[in-house]
Amino acid sequence: MALLEVKDLEVSYGVIQALKGISFEVNEGEIVTLIGANGAGKTTTMQSVIGLIPKNGGSVTYDGQDITKMPCHKIVHFGMSQVPEGRRIFQELTVYENLMMGAYSIKNNDSFKEDLEKVYKRFPRLAERSGQIAGTLSGGEQQMLAMGRALMSRPKLLMLDEPSMGLSPLLVDEVFDIIKDINKDGTTILLVEQNAGKSLAISDRAYVLETGSIVLSGTGAELAASEEVKKAYLGV
Amino acid sequence: MEFIETLINGLSIGSTYAMIALGYTMVYGIAKMLNFAHGDVIMVGGYMIYVGLTVTGNPIISFIAAVLSSIILGITIEKIAYKPLRGASPLAVLITAIGVSYLLQSSAQMIFGSAPKMVTIADLGSINFSGLTIPVYVLVTLICSFVIMTALTLFVKYTRTGRAMIAVSEDKGAAQLMGINVNKIIMITFAIGSGLAAFAGLFMLMKSPSLSNTLGAMPGIKAFTAAVIGGIGSIPGAMLGGILMGVVEAISLKIQAIAPYTDAIEFLILIIILLVRPTGILGKKRREKV
Repeated sequence: MALLEVKDLEVSYGVIQALKGISFEVNEGEIVTLIGANGAGKTTTMQSVIGLIPKNGGSVTYDGQDITKMPCHKIVHFGMSQVPEGRRIFQELTVYENLMMGAYSIKNNDSFKEDLEKVYKRFPRLAERSGQIAGTLSGGEQQMLAMGRALMSRPKLLMLDEPSMGLSPLLVDEVFDIIKDINKDGTTILLVEQNAGKSLAISDRAYVLETGSIVLSGTGAELAASEEVKKAYLGV
Repeated sequence: MEFIETLINGLSIGSTYAMIALGYTMVYGIAKMLNFAHGDVIMVGGYMIYVGLTVTGNPIISFIAAVLSSIILGITIEKIAYKPLRGASPLAVLITAIGVSYLLQSSAQMIFGSAPKMVTIADLGSINFSGLTIPVYVLVTLICSFVIMTALTLFVKYTRTGRAMIAVSEDKGAAQLMGINVNKIIMITFAIGSGLAAFAGLFMLMKSPSLSNTLGAMPGIKAFTAAVIGGIGSIPGAMLGGILMGVVEAISLKIQAIAPYTDAIEFLILIIILLVRPTGILGKKRREKV
């Protein structure tokens, strides 16, 4: 059974239909990527799945539960976590306080220290800068913090929305390595990316989103080899 | 000696403003709205003290009842008037807040009449302290406000709910992704703000016992000014702005030549500070990141 199952999901902003009934699934242990151009509906998909914006139709099932109508703060409690587009870390809080907010959904958190150690081990820069105000971090460090924050809730499914955006090529490689690594440690990944080449290379499966509809799907390797994807997204 | 007395008096007026300003600033910071009915919650609290005193004769019971009913009132206003407008244009919310303000004032007038009520809470007298004569109510105001403001600061900085408030004020969406129930945090903010307003009502009635349905109007506007001076959205800013307004008011009232213009002077300070620092003294410049 799929960990996340999205069926005929529709989302509209006023009269504009941003998602025209898309269906996809993410199985436990996989890395699944949605690729697509600007305005294809990638971020809308991410935000509506986790309940940040309302859905107009369709259903979302997570871990066997219907979460279609559940508000975001409740969904998060079930072990779904998201690194939002543009990182959106809490600029005025310190690095440590940001990570603490990441663990907010776990009440009576006995393993907070342990989780913090793990995040610091994965992102040594964050450990060095734990007392620093997050707004003063560099773009790359802020991305690490956003990922670390999302991991503090011990998610079963980690969703990342454009984690490579605005980063230098060197950092982009590092981010993709880290995503692979997080997946290897047992976290299922749903990734949204414009960087189709890099994301398809690490994906088990992928979907191509075009103006609110899924037009192609397959394994990462299949899509990377497909003529249409090559032309439209890989620039070859 | 007289100057020190004036200063202490100013601090007590200022801490009353600060208590009200905190309500404005916290609600603005977290719900991103100007709650212009906030001043009138003070007035309702005042009438609750009056009713309590008439019924029980016990100032402490009356005051506790006033705090509780103010908190319930604040939460109710938020639920009925503001929550349905979440996401609506700021202008619609602002007009609604003004409507709520008039609703509260008119309801009080219908229930209690327009003649002011005399509310004598307790005659506390004054104490002499190495040549200074200080009314006891001034000391009560100062001590209470100090304790409350310290507690509030610690609450916001060190509790789970307090940190959630900071997170919501910074980024509602990101806060939801952390598992924070934004509606609950907004409700708690209104509860705290309204509770503080009841304290302000008590301080005001201890100072001058005349109670009418416009009790909260002018102090509400002045406290709002104080919140803007300090930097709207900033908790220490509201405290600083409130104290500043109170001290200026007390000093200005003591100088005969300018005493009649005290209110004008206070608002002039707002204009000057906004010209020099548009975000207020402790207001942060928010960098918009793409």
